[in-house]
Amino acid sequence: MKVSIEVNGKAVTEEVEDRTLLVHYLRENAGLTGTNIGCDTTSCGACTVLLDGESVKSCTVLAAQADGHRVMTVEGLAGEDGELHPVQRAFREQHGLQCGFCTPGMMMASVSLLAHNPKPTREEVREGLEGNLCRCTGYHNIVSAVIDASGQEVDR
Amino acid sequence: MIPAQFSYRRVSTVDEALTVLGEHGDEAKVLAGGHSLLPLMKLRFATPEIVVDVAPLEELRYVRVEDGTVAIGALSRYHDLHHDEVLREHAPLLAHVAGAIGDQQVRHRGTIGGSLAHADAAADLPAALLASEGTLVVRGPGGQREIPAAEFFLGPFTTPLEPDELITEVRVPARAGVGWGFEKFTRRSIDWAIVGVAVVGQAVGLVNMAGTPIRATATEQALASGASVADAAALAAQDASPVTEPHASAEYRSHLARVLTKRALESAAA
Repeated sequence: MKVSIEVNGKAVTEEVEDRTLLVHYLRENAGLTGTNIGCDTTSCGACTVLLDGESVKSCTVLAAQADGHRVMTVEGLAGEDGELHPVQRAFREQHGLQCGFCTPGMMMASVSLLAHNPKPTREEVREGLEGNLCRCTGYHNIVSAVIDASGQEVDR
Repeated sequence: MIPAQFSYRRVSTVDEALTVLGEHGDEAKVLAGGHSLLPLMKLRFATPEIVVDVAPLEELRYVRVEDGTVAIGALSRYHDLHHDEVLREHAPLLAHVAGAIGDQQVRHRGTIGGSLAHADAAADLPAALLASEGTLVVRGPGGQREIPAAEFFLGPFTTPLEPDELITEVRVPARAGVGWGFEKFTRRSIDWAIVGVAVVGQAVGLVNMAGTPIRATATEQALASGASVADAAALAAQDASPVTEPHASAEYRSHLARVLTKRALESAAA
């Protein structure tokens, strides 16, 4: 079937199988490999993107379900001029990147979290990111990055 | 993991959905949020030939209070239910449980009707609906029928829903100001409950303590006869048939049910 999705502000139309998952559409059809596949079982959050502005796990959404909708991936965070999004800047400054595999999903989930709760506490950040797993280091600096991105003082 | 081949159909009205379901019967599955169905399809445990996407049916997304009854559109997503002021006031248990399911990404997709139709004994909403003494409104080719929650969960993933029927609404008695409690124990926050307990007033629903969600009848009867919360909670596992699996033995589950029931009842009484 023909699936048309507005990805990071640009119209993408691809002929794909009905069973194509959104994450495969983004990576293989749209060529945007920033969105990672981790567990492929709706657990780890590495494939998190924004669908109509809300965070979703793109391994558990059909590309067909997103037909006619808006998707933002990690590639859409930075400005046209390459200026980093506040969440990207904060992840870099707070050493929230670590090995980098979960980072795209962590950042997309963080953008969604901050849209609903612009000034979260550390506890609220941990709750908001419960659907995103880090398997290399830990969450401390990631939580600090979200606090920093919200414009609050980071209290380590 | 990739689902088996299927044909995707998006519908724009309830009638259209019923027509497509009527044409294809057992070969079709309803896709709402997809967070129960798609994982099963990726594992090839479910291999429908037609997937009927009902997400565009915006008319099934609402929460209303009418004549002492809270009516919830079947396609209401967990995130919206958790934040809905009407639900928080008149059915606070359901509003709380909707916010306790999965994680933010799952709550942005999953729907109340989808969870109930899936009828997983390990899911939170079915037991919460039992404790809320709710009713499901179902539409099919013969019109509309109402199924009490107590008659809806027939077995693991088994309900009286016919292949050509669609859950359109969930109803619970409005219980503003009535005490409620919800407790669940999970290995990780995003996992299904090893055991969960939902309480409204003196009604107690148990998550993952049998092949279906069940009521803790012995506990409820003890409360009705004036037993203390502690004594009543001690009976929580009496009517249950929990399974032993790698995460928890039946004995451990029964222990958890007693402890969590006591906590949930204490919350409800507070």
